[in-house]
Amino acid sequence: MLLFIATPIVSVTVQSMFTPHEAVFLTVETCTPFKCTEETTIDQEATAALRAEQPLGRFVGLDIYLDRGHLAISEVGEAWASSQNWTEFLASLSNLPFYRAMSFTLVFIFTVTPMVIVLGLLIALAVNSIYARLRGVVIFFSLLPFVITPLIGALVLYWMIDSRGILGNLLQWMAGDPSLSLKASTGLMWVSLIVYGIWHAAPFAFVIFYAGLQTLPQDQMEAAQIDGASRLQRVRYVILPHLMPLVMFVTLIQLMDNFRVFEPIIGFNAEAHATSLSWAIFNDLGGETRQFSSAAATSVITIIGVAILLTPVLIRTWRDFRRKV
Amino acid sequence: MFVRKLVLAGVMTVLAGTSAMACGINARVSVVGNEFPAIQSVGAGAQECSGAEVTTNLTADHQKINVPGMQGNPAEYTSAIIANSSIVALMNEDVIRPLDDLVAKHGKDLKKNQLVTIDGKVMAVAFMANAQHLVYRADVLKQIGVEPPKTYEDMLAAAKMIRDKGIMANPVGGAYKAGWNLAQEFNNMFLGMGGSHFKSGSAQPNVNNEAGVKALTMMKSLSEYMNPDFLTHDSNATNAEFRAGNVAIMNMWGSRAATLVTADGVPQEVVDGFAIDGPMTAGGGAIPASTLWWDGWTVAKNISDAEAESTFIAMTHAIRPAILADSDVATQAVWLIDGYKPTPAAVGVFAAAEANTIPYPMLPYMGLLHTALGNELADFMQGKESAEQALADVEAAYVAAAKEKGFL
Repeated sequence: MLLFIATPIVSVTVQSMFTPHEAVFLTVETCTPFKCTEETTIDQEATAALRAEQPLGRFVGLDIYLDRGHLAISEVGEAWASSQNWTEFLASLSNLPFYRAMSFTLVFIFTVTPMVIVLGLLIALAVNSIYARLRGVVIFFSLLPFVITPLIGALVLYWMIDSRGILGNLLQWMAGDPSLSLKASTGLMWVSLIVYGIWHAAPFAFVIFYAGLQTLPQDQMEAAQIDGASRLQRVRYVILPHLMPLVMFVTLIQLMDNFRVFEPIIGFNAEAHATSLSWAIFNDLGGETRQFSSAAATSVITIIGVAILLTPVLIRTWRDFRRKV
Repeated sequence: MFVRKLVLAGVMTVLAGTSAMACGINARVSVVGNEFPAIQSVGAGAQECSGAEVTTNLTADHQKINVPGMQGNPAEYTSAIIANSSIVALMNEDVIRPLDDLVAKHGKDLKKNQLVTIDGKVMAVAFMANAQHLVYRADVLKQIGVEPPKTYEDMLAAAKMIRDKGIMANPVGGAYKAGWNLAQEFNNMFLGMGGSHFKSGSAQPNVNNEAGVKALTMMKSLSEYMNPDFLTHDSNATNAEFRAGNVAIMNMWGSRAATLVTADGVPQEVVDGFAIDGPMTAGGGAIPASTLWWDGWTVAKNISDAEAESTFIAMTHAIRPAILADSDVATQAVWLIDGYKPTPAAVGVFAAAEANTIPYPMLPYMGLLHTALGNELADFMQGKESAEQALADVEAAYVAAAKEKGFL
């Protein structure tokens, strides 16, 4: 267990503090089918010698964390000094990759998480009150969005909201604007991603809450009914307190999952409008020249971010636990 | 006596002929590469060899997997099909081997200009040339009464006429998807405007200047005549728009243009109107706003000599002159193979080469600048910031990455 958790963390932390050696350049004659030119290339022998001497590369400490691709300390300092007001400062912040990714990620987390919990609870209550023999079928269909592979689900929605897709066309008709495009506007793209996030995760919350509802003590419900509690009051004072540990559980999982939002950004081709830390790692590793140190630094920042997000929930759970003991 | 010699010579020729056709290998061959039609033909050609297993992995994501797949010892892939941009990553990581000995032994069918030599060593064998150039609908241009555009300024004028006459709402196509494609369109336009990516002889970026601003301004003007979703359209999506009859003029890869209208379900007027021409110039420049490319194959370093030899034999077999006898294969690309005669589909790439189009830079740090351009230009294209700001961001992002990789 320790091996599974500790090894990757140690590995990315070490990688994030080392970068490749200074490149040794050579100018050589390069002949292609078109012509021969003098071009710069890397001196492989000199590089091999450097690598043999220090296999990990150059030690740079926290430099990668502080550079423009990550926390961008000096750029943020400059933006602070040159901005007249908060709007200007935030505008220059959103121009830096890390803060641009964080602004979308935070909006995504704090809209999707509560919506998923509310919607999941509503579906669970609705399903629980329908005719028992229909439940199986309804549960099956409600679970579908969660069963579909996230990337495929995102692609399906992506083509539906295309300006020639069924949803995109419907929206154009409803708005009376034939040039309306969800994919061309940052705001609408964020809304689409958030709607996708809720659509995908609500069934997860539903299933958890539905399972919780099956353990609801019937005598308490009956007692509440005899006392004259309305349906709403029964939900508020009996069902919700009973489900509270499950709500905490779903919140915990959703905070973690949404912080690592990735598939919808790829599926929706949304990188021009919205990025996340996971997308940044993918981008660092996907270019023609791979940036391992940069990807590792972003990974460590992601781990720290998840830890910060979970702290309040974990502290609360710990207190509950202590109280019970 | 003479007759017997003649017969013998004839038999020898036939034997030599058949032994060149049949391709025998004795060790595994594993190929990774991109997935357009010409490369698929090459992959299938290598698989004709018998004696050992030949596997291919042709995917648009080839450059994400070729370096890791060749770094192991033994390497997973014995050959990577690459272009002048992607060979750099393999060179930087030192995962491909010089081919001089194998060329001497098995390369008699290869022409000298197919051999890509770096510092006197053959590092790749090129088999096709490629460039982006004009693809248009002759019927639509005839309808508005203009010649195929020679410059991007003419293209804008034609686009305006097509829209004003109500023929098409968004007549211009372009692979402007944020990321690699958008950066490549900038590279084309930037070189066409007289720009040069790096300060001479160094890894210092040189895009935040007049040529850069002019290139971005032109791209922005073009995008106003594109489908509003242009930042999500790669070349596949752009081709789909052309096939659907929604686009009349676009800058498209020669390797994809050749087979553009052969897909099922393309309307007849698109098939009939489809035409290609050389790349356009921009901003009064003499050099086309495009880049020249070659595609070729390499052999991995971390494999046994038997595997390297088998790989070389199989890949040479895949690009032997005889493949051009198949007319479908002959039209798939501008082949650099001996005996290739240009087909009508090749005029665009040939015009690009004749007009002295600049080859895509083969520099160790070009990949990082390309990535930075792809990430930072989308804000400008959406009108969120000025061209100068976007280019300053590109340079800052590139400098941070180049410092990390030890280039600066």
